[in-house]
Amino acid sequence: MALTEKDVRYIAGLAHLELGEEEMRKFLPQLDAILGHIEKLNELDTARVEPMAQVTYPAAENPALRADAPEPGIEQSDALANAPDQGAGCFKVPSVIEKD
Amino acid sequence: MDLCALTISEIHSGLGRKQFSAEELARAHFERIEREDSAVRAYLSLSPERALAQAKKVDAAIARGEPLAPLAGVPIAVKDVLLTRGLPTTCASKMLAHFIAPYDATAVERVEAAGALVLGKTNCDEFAMGSSTENSAFAPTRNPSDLTRVPGGSSGGSAAAVAARLAPIALGSDTGGSIRQPAALCGVVGMMGTYGRVSRYGLVAFASSLDHVGPFGRSVGDVARLLGVIAGRDPKDSTSAGVPVPDYPAAMEADVRGLKIGVPKEYFNGLSAAIGDNIERGIDRFRKLGCAVKPISLPHTDFAIACYYIICTAEASSNLARYDGVRFGYRAPGFSGLREMYQKTRDGGFGPEVKRRIMLGTYVLSSGYYDAYYLKAQRVRTLIARDFLEAFDDVDVILTPTSPIPAFKLGERMDDPLQMYLADIYTVTASLAGIPGISIPCGSTRDNPPLPVGMQLLARHFDEARLLQAARAFERAGGFEAA
Repeated sequence: MALTEKDVRYIAGLAHLELGEEEMRKFLPQLDAILGHIEKLNELDTARVEPMAQVTYPAAENPALRADAPEPGIEQSDALANAPDQGAGCFKVPSVIEKD
Repeated sequence: MDLCALTISEIHSGLGRKQFSAEELARAHFERIEREDSAVRAYLSLSPERALAQAKKVDAAIARGEPLAPLAGVPIAVKDVLLTRGLPTTCASKMLAHFIAPYDATAVERVEAAGALVLGKTNCDEFAMGSSTENSAFAPTRNPSDLTRVPGGSSGGSAAAVAARLAPIALGSDTGGSIRQPAALCGVVGMMGTYGRVSRYGLVAFASSLDHVGPFGRSVGDVARLLGVIAGRDPKDSTSAGVPVPDYPAAMEADVRGLKIGVPKEYFNGLSAAIGDNIERGIDRFRKLGCAVKPISLPHTDFAIACYYIICTAEASSNLARYDGVRFGYRAPGFSGLREMYQKTRDGGFGPEVKRRIMLGTYVLSSGYYDAYYLKAQRVRTLIARDFLEAFDDVDVILTPTSPIPAFKLGERMDDPLQMYLADIYTVTASLAGIPGISIPCGSTRDNPPLPVGMQLLARHFDEARLLQAARAFERAGGFEAA
């Protein structure tokens, strides 16, 4: 396993992170070491093992469904109270569609 | 009488006999926090108005002769990843430094409905990611046993608050050991219930298949009482289980003679004498109590860290996508266009460990790698869970050290994230399996000053009562001061 700077830049892009030069220098060997440790899982043959996609123990009665009845939710003013920028009852963001 | 050194039952007997009021209890704790917390830094924010208003309500109920609710008048510290309506909820992150929660987490709502006084919000690793509380964006918390050392993490503030008597009980969250490990390093009791035992509604999500809310206390009885209040089905959390909640304070007093305790050999490989000798003495104490101790094997233990750090980072990268500067939290200044706003916001709002985990999680989920990493880890998770289920065919409780090392010096492990991750080796296994675990104090090291050592007990799904019973017998047989 040898992660390259190009890989790290690509992942940062996917994650919407803008890493500085110093962070890049630090993260590359650290991520590489962690991924190196993770390689350990390849020692196990798991071809016939089901993935554990559900943690809730099967013996637990888990009534996850409820009646589909409307209930009062969070107020609009509460939902907007922490917004960095808002107006007319909406969250405001920089313009998305560019003018010609 | 030191109002900051009481158990819940002592608080209730004092309130009942009018030796002190709930308001005096709250004030005594705020005074102690004022005096002591500048050195420990367990709290990020305090909520005196809320605590005192609640204390007055409790005192009025007592004056009317009403019976005491389960946590009436009991001060409590709340980890700053649990939402508290009208109060800051920062996750110890610059991203949420000014976030005021619009509603209460179910655990918070339940402790307050049971009469508890919320003193304030405690420090932690940013978004609960870390094992030392050094990843807090604001300041590290220090271990009350030795202020040059970390309290563990990520719920280091809650553990330190309880250890330093800045609160009798506290709420924390545990994803891979974040309650049990700081409890061990600070010398208090900390518990993670079965996955689904306690509602996570209002817990800021880190890794949803692993996140738990759970209690801290200085005694097993206090932890049993707090767990009893927060446990149980919550319609607002579809993963919370509809399994009946036993009367834990009553159940914990049951006799442990004949209890079968398994000791997995994989948890003692290369363990230092400083920890191992204390655990051995703890095992002897259980033998003297009439428990049958037998060696067992959990063969996939060695794969747990790799498995855990794939699953938790993958889930974190997805959960933390919501922090984009649009609906709440930090928005970076000086951007042109939406994408740059996202990038600058996430770059400026998250600290290094959170970014590292988002990067790792994004990588293992990225196109072409999903099967090799995430799916592989889910398969290994099945093997780890199966190890436990098979072991519980033969034993009632599994006993291990909580942490391979005692509290380490601040800064000592910050530059090597892999070493920091490997310190979670004994706690991540139960998290992956979804079974409950408790850490109780079990002696101390020969350091100067001595450092607490923690023993972890694990049980079958929804068998928290058994853990409390074993822990209570251990406590009754010799206390937590010396194992």
